[in-house]
Amino acid sequence: MAAVMAELRWIKVCQLEDIPELGARVVRRPGGDIAVFRNAGVECFALLDRCPHKGGPLSQGIVFGKSVACPLHGWTIGLEDGCAEAPDVGCTRMFPVKVESGEVLLQLSD
Amino acid sequence: MVGNGMAGVRTLEELLKIAPDVYDITVFGAEPHANYTRILLSPVLAGEMTIRDIMLNDVDWYEKNKVGLHLGKKIVKIERGARKVVAADGTAELYDRLLLATGSNPFILPVPGKDLEGVITYRDIGDTNAMIAASKKYRHAVVIGGGLLGLEAANGLKLRGMNVTVVHLMEWLMERQLDCTAAQLLRQSLEAKGLQFLLQKQTAEIVGNENGRVRAVRFEDGSEIAADLVVMAVGIRPNTELAESAGLHCSRGIVVNDTMQTFDPKIYAVGECAAHRGTAYGLVAPLFEMAKVCANHLANFGIGRYAGSVTSTKLKVTGIDLFSAGDFMGGAGTEDIVLNDAQGGVYKRIVLRDNRVVGAVLYGDTVDGSWYFQLLRDRQNVAEIRDHLMFGQNHLGNTGHQGQSRAVAMADAMEVCGCNGVPKGVIVKAIKEKGLFTLEDVRKHTKASSSCGSCTGLVEQILASTVGGAYQPQEAKLKPMCGCTDHTHEEVRAAIRDGLFEGKRLLSISAAMRFLEWRTPNRCASCRPAINYYLICAWPHRAKDDPQSRFINERAHANIQKDGTFSVVPRMFGGMTTPDQLRRIADVADKYKIPTVKVTGGQRIDLLGVKKEDLPAVWRDLDMPSGHAYAKALRTVKTCVGSEWCRFGVQDSTNMGIELEKALWRMYAPHKVKMAVSGCPRNCAESGIKDVGVIGVDSGWEIYVAGNGGIKTEVAQFLVKVKTREEVLEYAGAFLQLYREEARYLERTVHYVRRVGLDTVKKKIVEDAESRKALWARLQYALEGEPDPWKERAAGKDRVEYETLETAEA
Repeated sequence: MAAVMAELRWIKVCQLEDIPELGARVVRRPGGDIAVFRNAGVECFALLDRCPHKGGPLSQGIVFGKSVACPLHGWTIGLEDGCAEAPDVGCTRMFPVKVESGEVLLQLSD
Repeated sequence: MVGNGMAGVRTLEELLKIAPDVYDITVFGAEPHANYTRILLSPVLAGEMTIRDIMLNDVDWYEKNKVGLHLGKKIVKIERGARKVVAADGTAELYDRLLLATGSNPFILPVPGKDLEGVITYRDIGDTNAMIAASKKYRHAVVIGGGLLGLEAANGLKLRGMNVTVVHLMEWLMERQLDCTAAQLLRQSLEAKGLQFLLQKQTAEIVGNENGRVRAVRFEDGSEIAADLVVMAVGIRPNTELAESAGLHCSRGIVVNDTMQTFDPKIYAVGECAAHRGTAYGLVAPLFEMAKVCANHLANFGIGRYAGSVTSTKLKVTGIDLFSAGDFMGGAGTEDIVLNDAQGGVYKRIVLRDNRVVGAVLYGDTVDGSWYFQLLRDRQNVAEIRDHLMFGQNHLGNTGHQGQSRAVAMADAMEVCGCNGVPKGVIVKAIKEKGLFTLEDVRKHTKASSSCGSCTGLVEQILASTVGGAYQPQEAKLKPMCGCTDHTHEEVRAAIRDGLFEGKRLLSISAAMRFLEWRTPNRCASCRPAINYYLICAWPHRAKDDPQSRFINERAHANIQKDGTFSVVPRMFGGMTTPDQLRRIADVADKYKIPTVKVTGGQRIDLLGVKKEDLPAVWRDLDMPSGHAYAKALRTVKTCVGSEWCRFGVQDSTNMGIELEKALWRMYAPHKVKMAVSGCPRNCAESGIKDVGVIGVDSGWEIYVAGNGGIKTEVAQFLVKVKTREEVLEYAGAFLQLYREEARYLERTVHYVRRVGLDTVKKKIVEDAESRKALWARLQYALEGEPDPWKERAAGKDRVEYETLETAEA
């Protein structure tokens, strides 16, 4: 029962200004790195740092609008759903993320 | 929408793509079928494909996109006042916007007997089925009309076992697409397939039997041939009946403006029914261009104009290769280049006017059709390539596809794209099933030719042979930079150079994008790096470089590898190193547990598998300048040992290379730049395949430019011979500055020089000393004080780029 009850906590990862506009930072994590992206404004998005195509590190891609272009083969992945733009197919895992009083918080369920 | 054909449905697809929610859409189609590709009816008739193969959008597509569909209902009335359309069975719908895509009707010769049973036209699935049925019961078919459609019909009927005669009024077949010689070759090969021809024959009457079925065709000269089936394929007429009845202005079609609007602003027309600037098009590619423009306006975007099309033709008769485009007949003021091998069945004629291709007819070998067509549409000056124009683009023997150059000869299982492992069969299948018509589409769906691009020619061939005349090569010159803008690369550069935004120079991406009215503020991954380059090239020391608009390699100053680690290539000027440098490299490799150390093709040492967070420390410990092996910049100057050691060497190539590299390193460019200096004509440094290659000769130095050793080996072209080392620097530097200022982003020197012509380059570099010196001075100014990116980062710049974050719990 204890495991089921495990509390989902918001974990602070950095200040918003630590992430460049149209950029990303990598959060190291045993279960696989997480890429935390920022758009041209103050919105953040968090995806598993693995492109659904060949596992490329999405955090290293060029961010535009609410998408990122994977640095390895140029797949475009939506930041809001983690899914590849058609006609490519595939999704990467998303993580809840929020910005509160200038701090970027990530929710990790595992 | 009235009409459920290719043009109309393509317009809907474009509209749904950009503005899915603006309209509730209802479609009326007179035929009982969903949307299919009419172009592929001929393969169906020939038994090479089935109806199922040629469907583009089935009924599910309409449902999925919430498009109402009335099949088998012909609209007979438009009430413009009430904004209502009424079908023959009384079904009515109201509209805010009406799209007419009624296509065309086959023209029927007004001769006695035209209404007899067994006299049909060739236009839709119904006609095709009627022909297939007739071929099972009857023997003699007569096709009236020796044009594209007539010949395809005749070929199909012959393959279905009928005895077929083609009757043609004119002197030779396909006179609107072919000259007399090509038509004769065509006729010979069709005769070899068993077709018969009666040329210069005018049909007077179609004679019936007692049952009211056709029995024979009689001509003006009184002669007669037996016929159980007559196919009229003498041309098409835009179907304007409905539009005319509604009082819309029609003249050779429903007259539309450049936004595809008819004289009633609520009514648009696209496709074969529309007359644009006096022309109604019967080929599919122009229809698709219209669809795009029309959808844009329907979506209230209001950008995009249709400016007419130049068309080309391919005949879809299996085993016959035929291509024609433009003004293939020539005439006053034109010249012909002709290759005629009657025995081998190859005929090529290229028509030139003022050193530009204005038309082409190819028979038997159409591999280069799309290339000629591209030259024609781009109005490219071909003076320099004139002597080998006839022998084709010859870009097909590239690497990665087993040296294949002819797509038709390839089996389905053979690999076309060596980068992405795409066999021919997969491409053909995607083209057919998904209804693809452009190279871009094929790239998106199959990935073929989307990486190195060396198989582009093959993919174009496959596309052309699968969809026939529907294939249109891209119009490179008019092509906008990307989907975010309608501006071309050249327009963007000019604006960055000359434009003022709110009274200020354009020195940042955001200013440039606002000035140029970019559609979205920070799109996309392809235009932002280009604009960033144009800015720093036009305004050195002033424009603000934006790391977030650079590809990861240039942002991190190292090369990303497939596992997300990086590679580090320290600079060794001219390929020279020292024991001390080598010791440091060895120590760094040990200290940071770098798994792979390799000597590169450009005579440098590559450390592979470096973790990103180690990069600044690696650079600090190496204490060597950045090799820029990751950048669109000067990579290496490769050298041979030259006269210092070599018994053949006549010049000191090593030191020349060091000087060049010291003068030019840190130079960003539209693409990577590789150089070499050889100390004698034996050319051990391979100067002949470099962007700038220098070869020492006894009396000085020869400079070659625009070579390339990549996907397609391109031999560098001789630019100039000079005497002194200072001249080598000045000429090479001036050429590279010209390339930096004029080439499109991601264009290598070979493509740039091919586009503008070596003569243009020589004029500015060789013949005009003032221009050369100015270019060289501008490059030196741009490089002056440009820091070594590794040194800066080893000292702490951009630290955030290299640091990762940890979660407290990890």
